[in-house]
Amino acid sequence: MAAVTMLEAIRQAMFEEMDRDPAVVALGEDIGVYGGAFKVTEGLLARFGPERVIDAPIAETAIVGAAVGMSYLGLRPIAEMQFIDFIACCFNQVTNFVAKSHYRWGAPVPMVLRGPSGGGVHGGPFHSANPEMYFVHTPGLKVVYPSTPHDAKGLLKSAIRDNNPVLFFEHKFLYRRIKEELPAGEYTVPLGKAVVRREGTDLTILSYAAMMHTSLEAAAALAKEGIEAEVIDLRTLLPLDRETILASVKKTNKLLIVHEDTRTGGIAGEIAAVVCEGAFEDLDGPITRVTALDTPTPYSPPLEEHFLPNAAKVVAAARKLAKY
Amino acid sequence: MTSALTREQHLDLYYFMQLNRQLEDRMVRLFRQNKIVGGLYSSLGQEAIPVGTAYALEPRDWLAPMIRNIGALLVKGFKPRDIFTQHMAKYTSPTLGKDGTSHFGDLKVRHTVSPISMLGDLIPVMTGVAMAGRYLGQNIVALTWIGDGGSSTGAFHEGLNLAAQQRASLVLVLENNQWAYSTPVARQVPLKNLADRARAYGISSKIVDGNDVLAVYSASKDAVAECRAGRGPVLIEVKTMRMKGHAQHDPAEYVPKEMFDYWKARDPIALYEKYLTENKIWDAKTKSEIDARIERELDEDQKFAEESPLPPPELAEQGVYCENGCHTIAADWRRPKQEVMPPKSSIEAVWKVDTFGAMDEAAAEIRQSAASGGNGAKTLAKPVAKANSKAPAKIPAKANGEKSAAPRVPFGRGPKGKTSPREPQGRQGRS
Repeated sequence: MAAVTMLEAIRQAMFEEMDRDPAVVALGEDIGVYGGAFKVTEGLLARFGPERVIDAPIAETAIVGAAVGMSYLGLRPIAEMQFIDFIACCFNQVTNFVAKSHYRWGAPVPMVLRGPSGGGVHGGPFHSANPEMYFVHTPGLKVVYPSTPHDAKGLLKSAIRDNNPVLFFEHKFLYRRIKEELPAGEYTVPLGKAVVRREGTDLTILSYAAMMHTSLEAAAALAKEGIEAEVIDLRTLLPLDRETILASVKKTNKLLIVHEDTRTGGIAGEIAAVVCEGAFEDLDGPITRVTALDTPTPYSPPLEEHFLPNAAKVVAAARKLAKY
Repeated sequence: MTSALTREQHLDLYYFMQLNRQLEDRMVRLFRQNKIVGGLYSSLGQEAIPVGTAYALEPRDWLAPMIRNIGALLVKGFKPRDIFTQHMAKYTSPTLGKDGTSHFGDLKVRHTVSPISMLGDLIPVMTGVAMAGRYLGQNIVALTWIGDGGSSTGAFHEGLNLAAQQRASLVLVLENNQWAYSTPVARQVPLKNLADRARAYGISSKIVDGNDVLAVYSASKDAVAECRAGRGPVLIEVKTMRMKGHAQHDPAEYVPKEMFDYWKARDPIALYEKYLTENKIWDAKTKSEIDARIERELDEDQKFAEESPLPPPELAEQGVYCENGCHTIAADWRRPKQEVMPPKSSIEAVWKVDTFGAMDEAAAEIRQSAASGGNGAKTLAKPVAKANSKAPAKIPAKANGEKSAAPRVPFGRGPKGKTSPREPQGRQGRS
């Protein structure tokens, strides 16, 4: 099979799940006739019709609310945020209605809320967000943020079949930049499992989404200097795969966390606590992080490039850590 | 209209209203004895609304109560013990003590969605319920309530607009009890009748005396029928008065005394008792039998609640996620699934836009020209469904990689065959 982009892999997951199960429906802004702002849902309406592919008004609270109501009757709606930044418009529905439903009164909400996320495309302060940590901090949700076409397809399928609400972040920088051959047959990737992308012995680099590729690039550069970094792709941020993280730290004794989210309150802080609780005595150096700055995402290219982590910043941090 | 009600049904309405009132009366006493661990809200003087509206529903229909709609839960089949135990945070409550008040529901049997405290959010949720019901062929109606205060929220607007656009079978009961906490309705909304809001959504509405249970029932019955026939949603404004403060802690001293006096003379239960007597639907004996039954049931359920244990502390850790098969999720299909699966579901995905958005006069000409074989636009904007002559391939178009390799796709402008590759560093078109 030919290699496919991440965007195409996501599209395939939706097509296949809607083909498999008539309870799967999709709703969002411009997802039907237009095929979505990024064309992720292109062709869905033609194949599945307007009852299953619903062009919604610009009303994120209504979109998520309607998805909740549908899920209460046993449907499995996939709601799209045209840009994940706009999830702020329905924060109440997501954190109060959706996330607490099962805990409060035993009503599962089997919905997926997906959308293009992340920076690096000069989207500016309102089209570049990485808002995952608002939701990682919300019990009741699951949060997925894949980095490869293979994982995006397999994880989205798992998310659609999951009985819990899953927030599925799609890094728009990766949509068309990476391609991968996918298995010919049916497959899923389990939620809640990290994966080792590169074996190494000198330090562990933990990352996800676009920064996973940055971390691999940095690891390749470090290898030329004789530093062998192990690179782990978290894939799911909630629930966090503590076992894989701790096992790697126990092996390499040094941990560098790289994320595109801003620094304060980013997942690096949480992982640092997990490692201190579970592998403190295995550490030979300070837990280190490379993150975006604590600012909104700026628009102009030199500003955004300064704001974002990159391979050079990761290499510099890794070199320093490796010296311990 | 009301003559369609049998004697039994007339007595039912009384039973549920009085049960609602006596149940809440007992809870006030429990509150004062510190046996209710959280807040207590009163629907005193508003009982005709939850009872009259919910009574118009069939068992297959869905509702989502607000805080002053305990009567609707009773009509839907929940028991006083559910309300007592919820307020007393007992392990035997429907939420096992995880939430209080009327914040509980039942997806499978009573088709009741639990509210959250944030106002307005139930409207899009119940719209989704109605949409799913239609999709599954269930022919259900979804009903929920909103207050005069809650009608100012964004969720109210977003939800009602979506419901209107979808022609969802949603009955929205706008319970105008004159006060949003301490603020009178005139200070919140510059409208005499909140039902006027319906016009902005292109849906029908009516205004009803919320203290007349038969009027409430009748209007609700009509609204449910309209929705069932596919002519929803419907907004019903019921005018009433909140006869207590926002909650137990609030003595409502901000309400003019004369206003209380005015509405006290219009107490819904007293009015209905008078109606039943004047129309010889009951006699003193029947009333005392019903009242005795209510006392008996409440005695029993209150005792049950008071004797129930509080939950074990460790329960706090459980149930965040639906896992290990704790729920089976299966839609109740009442239509052939094939109807929503390809090839039957497939359509030509294009918009047709009637009259192009032209002003009225020009629109008439466009219509005329269309009728005489012009552009053929006859439907309102919606994807055109037509017999499936050529179902799209399973994964149409770019399944095997994209021809137009697009190294750089700025947000919102996907490859249209001619995606502009990244030109001089960092340059891109402006939207």
